[in-house]
Amino acid sequence: MSGTTGSDGDAVRVVPVRRYGQRLATTVVLVVVALIVISLVTNPRYQWSLVFSYVFNAQILEGLATTLYLTVIAMVVGVVIGVVMALARESSNPVVSVAASGYIAFFRGTPLLVQLIFWFNLAALYPVMSLGIPFGPTLFSESTNVLITPFLAAVLGLGLNEGAYMSEIVRAGLQSVDSGQTDAAHALGMRKSQTFRRIVLPQAMRVIIPPTGNETISMLKTTSLVSVIAIPELLWQAQAIYSRTYQVIPLLITVSLWYLLVTTVLSIGQYYLERHFTRGDTGRPERSLLGTVARGIVPRHSSVTVSSPSAVTPGERSRS
Amino acid sequence: MTGHARLETAPVLVEAKGVHKRYGGNLVVRGIDMTVRTGEVMCLLGPSGSGKSTFLRCINHLEKIDAGTISVAGELVGYRRQGDRLHELRDAEIAERRSEIGMVFQQFNLFPHMTVLENLVEAPVQVRRESAKSARERAREMLDVVGLAEKAGAYPRSLSGGQQQRVAIARALTMRPKLMLFDEPTSALDPELVGEVLDVMRGLADDGMTMIVVTHEIGFAREVADTVTFMDGGVVVESGPPDQVLRDPRHERTRSFLAKVL
Repeated sequence: MSGTTGSDGDAVRVVPVRRYGQRLATTVVLVVVALIVISLVTNPRYQWSLVFSYVFNAQILEGLATTLYLTVIAMVVGVVIGVVMALARESSNPVVSVAASGYIAFFRGTPLLVQLIFWFNLAALYPVMSLGIPFGPTLFSESTNVLITPFLAAVLGLGLNEGAYMSEIVRAGLQSVDSGQTDAAHALGMRKSQTFRRIVLPQAMRVIIPPTGNETISMLKTTSLVSVIAIPELLWQAQAIYSRTYQVIPLLITVSLWYLLVTTVLSIGQYYLERHFTRGDTGRPERSLLGTVARGIVPRHSSVTVSSPSAVTPGERSRS
Repeated sequence: MTGHARLETAPVLVEAKGVHKRYGGNLVVRGIDMTVRTGEVMCLLGPSGSGKSTFLRCINHLEKIDAGTISVAGELVGYRRQGDRLHELRDAEIAERRSEIGMVFQQFNLFPHMTVLENLVEAPVQVRRESAKSARERAREMLDVVGLAEKAGAYPRSLSGGQQQRVAIARALTMRPKLMLFDEPTSALDPELVGEVLDVMRGLADDGMTMIVVTHEIGFAREVADTVTFMDGGVVVESGPPDQVLRDPRHERTRSFLAKVL
């Protein structure tokens, strides 16, 4: 077989398989990309100068701040509810666990947009809200329209809905931790609360973090739904401007650029967070930063089953 | 046999009386009486499903028992006796009593998100409120005992099974236990790694540690155990010095089990 070794004069040439399908796909992609770029540059209706002139518009920046603020609050509410509901579902008390299942089924089974409008119109159902002892005296009473401001309706809608998704994510994380870990911690004399905090939760985090990052990125975009209940977030502010100026497309592009920038920043943060929580693994291929960023931009998958495997490489799963 | 004679005068450390444990409808442990004295090494043998691991887990209350009592150093592990009733203890009290009983598992159960040293320091600091410095010093001593001083900074996944199990033993020892429970400590190991773990256990036995070992290593039981107890069907079939139980078993069930494993 010496003839095949490269240095010999009479070396046999290796001809790779010609992959015509790949060449065709490459050509098609390049042509489509070229057409898009040409159109972006030559179609004057994009009004790029207008797009960029609005990027730092005061009203747009105000909307961006509201969007970020709403994202953070809704995610905090969602995570807290998610942890509580995950623990409630695992409870040995059947009343508590069935109630948690009911909560999750209801909020996952109805559209978020419907829920938001529902909270916004809560006064139609309960005109007055009061605090008191059940079947006893009332201590405090107030009109629902005063209590449930549009902003609170938005937080309730986004947070309660997110809580249902987060509880499934947290539950999957807790279940991913081997029961031997709890046994070992208990055998060492650690209490239940210490075992949860020091042993189970940190290990569950590696399964919880990646889908939670996806949820956060998704939440940032989902907040645009609350424009229907007149919360002055990013999209609503853009709409407010273009309803005056009729520059619909340029403003939607401005808004998209901001969403894209923030999701990119969040994806980078997610990369470092994931890396922190997978310490202790060996032989795990580091996912590239670029791949993580790209993953954050593609459409969300909210279900746990789709997003959680990204946290665990196949080799690790076979070991557990 | 001199060791056995010495043990007869040693104080009782573990005493089980009429222990029953039920899983669903199945009685897995059906009336176990057992006495283990301070410094004694007891090996629990028996076919799988005989209830030996379940009984071991009852000793430190990882499993709740359905009837009977188990006391360690004179204290009931998971309960408080009031008259003829046993009241289950609160989480904190159970944890307190469990901290004096070390346990080593078949699957090692090291904490994978912590380094070896962190694994050893965790319980002394969290449970005993020791200072991090003194806990680290003691952890390094214990790693020396199991011959893994150089692995202090490694994560468990980078260690071999035998090394992981030795770390698990060291982790249990940092709590200065009065009693060590071993639940098939070598069953998950590749054959060539069994010896290093058994050597560490032999060293512990020589130092006078009280140990209850569920195992299939008949050779280890013969050499190290003071008492060999054979279990089948959730009951103790027979118990005695290894020479007697392993060489000249009184019961047919023991004989047929030994014939299969030897």
